[in-house]
Amino acid sequence: MTRSLIAPAVVVVALTGIATVSIGNVRRSTVTWTPAELATLRSLSLRSLEPLGADASNRYANDPEAAALGRDLFFDTRLSGNGKVSCATCHVATQDFQDSKPLADGVGRTARRTMPIAGTAHSPWLFWDGRTDSQWAQALGPLESAVEHGGTRAQYAHVVAEQYRERYEAVFGRLPNLTSIPRHAGPGADSVARVAWGRLSTEAQEQISRVYANIGKAIAAYERRIEPGVSRFDRYVDAELTGARHTPENTLTTDEESGLRLFIGRARCATCHNGARLTDDHFHNTGVPLPAVTLPADSGRTVGVRQVVSGEFNCTSRYSDAKPEDCEELQFAVTSGPELVRAYKTPSLRNVANRAPYMHAGQIASLDGVLAHYAAAPAAPFGRSELVPVRLSPNERRQLVAFLGTLSAPITVPPGYDKAAGTRP
Amino acid sequence: MDSLRATRSWRRVTARSAFAIALLSGLVMGCGHFRTDAPSPDIQTVKASAHNLYRASVRPDVTPIPVQRLQQWTLHLDTIDGQPVDTATITMDGGMPQHGHGLPTSPRVTRALGNGDHLVEGVKFNMGGWWVVRFAISSSAGTDTVTFNLGL
Repeated sequence: MTRSLIAPAVVVVALTGIATVSIGNVRRSTVTWTPAELATLRSLSLRSLEPLGADASNRYANDPEAAALGRDLFFDTRLSGNGKVSCATCHVATQDFQDSKPLADGVGRTARRTMPIAGTAHSPWLFWDGRTDSQWAQALGPLESAVEHGGTRAQYAHVVAEQYRERYEAVFGRLPNLTSIPRHAGPGADSVARVAWGRLSTEAQEQISRVYANIGKAIAAYERRIEPGVSRFDRYVDAELTGARHTPENTLTTDEESGLRLFIGRARCATCHNGARLTDDHFHNTGVPLPAVTLPADSGRTVGVRQVVSGEFNCTSRYSDAKPEDCEELQFAVTSGPELVRAYKTPSLRNVANRAPYMHAGQIASLDGVLAHYAAAPAAPFGRSELVPVRLSPNERRQLVAFLGTLSAPITVPPGYDKAAGTRP
Repeated sequence: MDSLRATRSWRRVTARSAFAIALLSGLVMGCGHFRTDAPSPDIQTVKASAHNLYRASVRPDVTPIPVQRLQQWTLHLDTIDGQPVDTATITMDGGMPQHGHGLPTSPRVTRALGNGDHLVEGVKFNMGGWWVVRFAISSSAGTDTVTFNLGL
């Protein structure tokens, strides 16, 4: 009798390599991972996340006073054209610093999905198309975008002088004299502000641009403290690597384990979603469909790389603190070629289950839809998709979605850094 | 156009090395460097160039070769009869034959170090799997290419 009960279980293990034993509330995994698979699991876990080094382009990156100032700038709606938009409008602190919308809404509607912030300090390229090469340069883009914050750098310099003078000067030194600087002036899209900017001396322009760059550096000092948290997947990998007993906090269900096996195996997700943040920090055309709404033509990295190479605030710019030799990513970037056409950055998958919709313009509503897209590998609307079809049954897609849910964890933010100073909890 | 030609060119080279797919397919997803357990001499770090004009070897500054980290390599170049080549125009390209894409960066040979050694900067691999890197060499000894296969 006993033998007849055990035999089917043995068959299941032989076919899938997966079985579980439940003892009370404690589930023990009996999945057998090969040494190579264990090495892959380790590479995907937070164990492998290297500590943040210095940011050569931002000498204030690890300055706590800069970070505290950056936190308050991040939540300040005065840094916008209409006084209603802050960084936190789209990067919602209680929602993994994103907004769960297909396209972000600032003073107008943007053409891209808001990206989360946690862990981006590790990335060499920011934005979906990598058009900046540091967190501080990234922070400056939306501030002058006509559809995001909709303001000008002269306006922001005035706000800093009026609201944050003492704290700013404690970190960055004396502010320039702004008495003769118009309230609205900058080289952005607003033609009136652009004319006002053109009337300023080169020296005045540079002084204001330096204040503007320092705003970005303070915000980056804040943002780099926002890191991914330890997920159930990370704890599972720890237990598998150390042979520790699985508990409810560090176990995966049979479906989740099957999804993980697919993720690192036949489904080939871990090819691009590799490393502890589950991104290769590179750009791929994956044939994502055009957005349902008509948006300006978007060729992804093709344009993004031109923007970063010529970027006013890039690593080699006068506003960067880096030496040219510190800017290797920029120096050796691929700047042309068919692979860049409609290529977008591989997003991190940490907390991915909590942030539908997906893709660079929120084209796909669910994770199952994303997996169906990758399985089908349709031709790209333009450019050439790198995808090849993968046969995934509905059940396998369900298992992969189950696994992706194990990557969720509250992000790590220093106490009080999820809101502006003085904000009531 | 140059990069288009380069991409097509390395694809032709890699097509000639297609047999290596089978030899290296078992290495995908591993974390190795020129895996010595692989059976093919084609993944050696010392190679003769395609037309037998040069003998070349590569030495990464970090081993095993890391994924997602910029690195420097030293390319050592001799003529086929063993004379170090210090004066040469050398370019590097490559990619992943199984994925149809090139390198994530544009590495460059930035200077000759003497005794046939040349510094290669800006090398990066953004994922594990089978990679091919190719050096195009032009010197008084002639123009030739040498190709290395990597299993990361």
